[in-house]
Amino acid sequence: MPRISVTVDGVTYEDDVEPRLLLVYYLRDTLGLTGTNVGCDTSNCGACTVLFDGRSVKSCTVLAVQADGATIMTIQGLATNGEWHPLQKAFHSEHGLQCGYCTPGMIMSSVDLLEQNPDPTDDEIRHGLEGNLCRCTGYKNIVSAVRTAASEMQSSQQEVTS
Amino acid sequence: MTDTAATRTNQIGTALPRKEDAKLVTGQTTWTDNIQFPGMLYMSVLRSPMAHARITGVDVSAALEQPGVLAAFSGADLADEWAGPLPCAWPVTPDMVHPDHWPLATDEVRYAGDGVAVVVARDRFAASDALEHIMVDYEPLEAVVDMEKALEDQVLVHGDKGTNKSFFWQLENGDLDTAFNDAPVVVKRRFINQRLIPTAIEPRAVVVAPIAAAGEYTMYSATQIPHILRLMLTLTTGVPESKLRVVAPDVGGGFGSKLNVYAEEVLALVLAKKLSRPIKWTETRSEGYLATIHGRDQIQDMEIAADADGRIRAIRANLYADMGAYLQLVTPGIPVLGAFMYNGIYKMDAYSFNCTGVFTTKTPTDAYRGAGRPEATYALERMIDELAVELDMDPMELRRRNWIKHEEFPYDTISGLTYDSGNYEAATAKAMKLFDYDGLRAEQQRRRAAGDRMQLGLGISTYTEMCGLAPSRVLGSLDYGAGGWEQATVRMMPSGTVEVVVGTSPHGQGHETTFSQIAADALGMDYKDIEVLHGDTKVSAQGLDTYGSRSLAVGGIAVHKAAERLVDKLKVAAAHMLEASADDLEFVDGNFRVQGSPEASKSIGDVALGVFASHDLPDGYEPTLSAEVTFDPENFSFPHGTHLCAVEVDTETGMPHILKYVCVDDVGNVINPQVVGGQVHGGLAQGIAQALFEEAVYDAEGNLTTGSLVDYYVPGAPDLPDFITERTETPATSNPLGVKGVGEAGTIASTPAVVNAVLDAIRHLGVSELDMPCSPERVWRALQEGSASRDQIAPERAEGGQQ
Repeated sequence: MPRISVTVDGVTYEDDVEPRLLLVYYLRDTLGLTGTNVGCDTSNCGACTVLFDGRSVKSCTVLAVQADGATIMTIQGLATNGEWHPLQKAFHSEHGLQCGYCTPGMIMSSVDLLEQNPDPTDDEIRHGLEGNLCRCTGYKNIVSAVRTAASEMQSSQQEVTS
Repeated sequence: MTDTAATRTNQIGTALPRKEDAKLVTGQTTWTDNIQFPGMLYMSVLRSPMAHARITGVDVSAALEQPGVLAAFSGADLADEWAGPLPCAWPVTPDMVHPDHWPLATDEVRYAGDGVAVVVARDRFAASDALEHIMVDYEPLEAVVDMEKALEDQVLVHGDKGTNKSFFWQLENGDLDTAFNDAPVVVKRRFINQRLIPTAIEPRAVVVAPIAAAGEYTMYSATQIPHILRLMLTLTTGVPESKLRVVAPDVGGGFGSKLNVYAEEVLALVLAKKLSRPIKWTETRSEGYLATIHGRDQIQDMEIAADADGRIRAIRANLYADMGAYLQLVTPGIPVLGAFMYNGIYKMDAYSFNCTGVFTTKTPTDAYRGAGRPEATYALERMIDELAVELDMDPMELRRRNWIKHEEFPYDTISGLTYDSGNYEAATAKAMKLFDYDGLRAEQQRRRAAGDRMQLGLGISTYTEMCGLAPSRVLGSLDYGAGGWEQATVRMMPSGTVEVVVGTSPHGQGHETTFSQIAADALGMDYKDIEVLHGDTKVSAQGLDTYGSRSLAVGGIAVHKAAERLVDKLKVAAAHMLEASADDLEFVDGNFRVQGSPEASKSIGDVALGVFASHDLPDGYEPTLSAEVTFDPENFSFPHGTHLCAVEVDTETGMPHILKYVCVDDVGNVINPQVVGGQVHGGLAQGIAQALFEEAVYDAEGNLTTGSLVDYYVPGAPDLPDFITERTETPATSNPLGVKGVGEAGTIASTPAVVNAVLDAIRHLGVSELDMPCSPERVWRALQEGSASRDQIAPERAEGGQQ
C-alpha cells in the first residue's frame, strides 16, 4: 500500500492507504475526523468539501494518495484558538443551517468563495455555492450568512490594514 | 441561578440564537455513520437489479471466501429470524390487501432495489466488494409501473393476492347529485402528482451495539422515530422492548424519509444478535434512491361544480395512489390524510373524496414532507385557477368569494374537520401588498400586448393544512395504529439548571432552542440554563416522535404544561419557606413572591435547592424536582396562508424563472421567528422543487432512471429565488400557547402557486395543461403544441413576438 504524508488541520499524519481510498474516507475512517460528511456518491452534494492546499475540493473526488504532501483543512480546523471563523459565526447568526449535515461543506466552499471574491453579490454567492446542496434552508439564509461574513471579514481586514 | 437569568420572561416570540448550532458549525457532530465501536463490522445489502423476478437460487459461498468477510446470508437463510414482517401501522380499511414484507426477499423481488442478500465484513469496502461474489438466479417477470395498467391485474405484484388494488377509501358529504347536475359550470381535470425522492442530505445509517450475552441491544439510527422504531423492532425481531434501546443521534434531515421501519434496521439488529458484534450499515445515496421511501405519486381526477358567480357548489377528488411494491409504515394513510384537505379553505355544499391504493413494481412510497396534504392543495388550488379561467374571473376574487370568513370560525368543514381559527383576509391582504399584485398584473398585460418573449404569469395558493398530528381519538377513527399524544418531563437540578426531556426528536427543526424558550418562560429562567434531552429511549421513556408538524403543537404544549406543573409543585414548598399560604404567592420573573410584600421572595433556584435538601418541607411533601405531562390535543391545528408567485417564462426556450415569491403564513403564535422563517424557506424550496425540478422516473421495465443525484434534480442555490416571507398571527384556540406548527406549510402551499404562475404566463399562447415538473423542455413542448393549435384557429397570427 502506498504511504502518504498529509497535513490535516495543522497535524501531519503518515499512513499506508489503499490506492482506491477516497480522501473523505481517509479523513473520516482513518483519522476519525468525522466533521466532514458524505452526502452522495456522485460528487453532486458537496457535503464533503474541504480545503486542499487552500482551494475547496469535494473530498469524495480526491484519492487519499493524491493528498500526499498536501495541506488539508476541514471544518474541524477552521476556528482559530477556539474562536469561530466569521463564516461559522454568520451561519449561526443568520440561521444558515438547520440539520447541519451540509454545513461543513457549505462553509468550506464559502471560505474559498470569499477568498476568490471577498465582496460577492447575492447572485455570485448563489452561483459560487452551486456545487453544495442543502435540503433544509432553501439557501436564503445561507446567502445572507455568506454576505454577512464577507462584510465582517472586509471590515476586520480594514481594521488590520488601517 | 443568577438574578439576571431570573429576569428573562419574554423569550417566547424572540429570535434567540439556536443552541444546536455550535456542534454543527464546528463539525463536532454525532451522525450515525460517525459512531464507532471496537470490533464493529459493516453490513452491505445486495439489491435486485430487476423490478420483478422470481428468485430461483442464491449462493453466498463465494462471498464468504472474500477477504474480511465474516458472514453472508440470503433471504431464505434468515427467514426463521423474524417474529413478524416489516410493519404497516395504518390499515386504512378492514379489507386492505396487505402483503407480507420481509426484510430480504426470498422467493420474488418486486422492485429494483429489493434486498436479496446481506454481507458482513470488517470494513465498508470489503462488504461492498463481496456483494459482487453473491450469485443470484433470477427468472424475470413482467414489471408494472403504471397504476391504471396495474389495476387491470394482468401483471400481479403479489401473485398470491390476486389483485394490485390495496384498498378503496372514500368520504362523502352533502348532495353531490344536486350540486353537480344543474351546475352552470363544471370543470374537470386530471393532475399527475409526480413521484418524488425526499433526499434528506444525510443518508440513512444504522449501528447496532449488542451485549449479546445479556440479550441487550442499542440501536443508533438516522431515524425520526426512535420510540416507534423500538416497538416495531420488538414486533419484527422478538427482542423484548425492555431489552432494546434506540437512539436517534444527530440526524441530518428527514422530511418523512426517516419516518419508517426499514429492512436494514431490523437486519442490523438480527445480525448483531447472531454475530455478537456491533454492526454498521450506511446507505450510499444511489442505494438510498432505491431503498428509501419515495413520496407523492398520485393520479388526481378532479371535478368542481360552481354557480355562474363563482360560488363553489361541490368538489370531487378521485385518486389513484401508488403504494409501490409494499406497504411501509404509513404508506396507505398518506393519500387518505388528504381526504380532509381537498376542500381547503372553501365553503361548499357537497364533497366527495375517494382513493384507490395501487401496488406497482416500484420503491414503496410513504410520508414525504406534507404527506397527502401537498397533493390535495396542489389539485385544489390548480382547480380554483382553472375555474377562474372558465369563469373569466380574477383567481383571487374567486377565492375571496368562497373562503371561510374570519368571523365564521370555528367552522365545521364539508370534509368533517372543525377549523378552530383563521384569517384568510388578513394574510391575503398582506401578501397582495408585498407582492404588488396589481402592478404585476399590469406588467403582465403590457408584456402580452407587446408579444414579449419573456411572458409573465402570476400564481396563487391560498392554502390551509391540518397538522399537529394528532388527537389520538381522531387517529383511532382513521384506523391508525397508534395515538398522537406527546410527553415531556421538566426537572430542576439542585444547582438551578433544568433538564427538559421530550418524546419528539429533531433533525434540523431546532427543538432544543424552541423547547428551551417555552420552558424558560414558564420557569422564569434563561433559555441557556435549560437543556433539552431527546432521541434516546433510555432518556425519554415515552414519545411518539417527529412528523406531521406535531413537535411544537403537541410536544411543545407538553413542555409548557410540565413546566407549569413544576412551578405549582415548587410553589407549595416556597410558601412553606416564606411562611405564607400558597394562594398568596405569585410567580414573577422566576421568583415566588408574597403578593403585596415583594420583599418576601424566594427564587425558583433557592426553592429547588431547599426541596433537594428536604430539611424543612411541609408535612407529606414529596421532595421531587420534576414534573411530567402527557398531552393529547383535542383537535388538529390549521396553519394557513397566501402564497403568490410571479414566474417569467422564456417563450423561446421554455425556461421558467421565478421572478418573485411572496408568502404570508399564519402558523399561529410563534416561539422563535428565526426558526419559523427557516422552516418556511426550506418548505418553499421543496414545494418549488416539485413544481419545477424534481421527478422520480421509471422506465417501462421498472428501472429507476433518476437513480442518483446526477439525474434527480435537487435544486441548488442558483435555482431558487430570494423568498419574501411574512406572517400573520391568528392563535390556535386548541392549545394554551396558540401555536399551530410550521414544518410542512411551505411545502404544502408553494407547488400550486408556482405551476399556476407558469400556466398563467403561457395560457394565452394556447397552453392549458402542463405536468410537473414544469421543466424547460416540458414548457417548450407545450408552447409548440399550443402554437400549433392556435395556428389552426388563426393561422395568420405571428409567433410570440421578440424582445
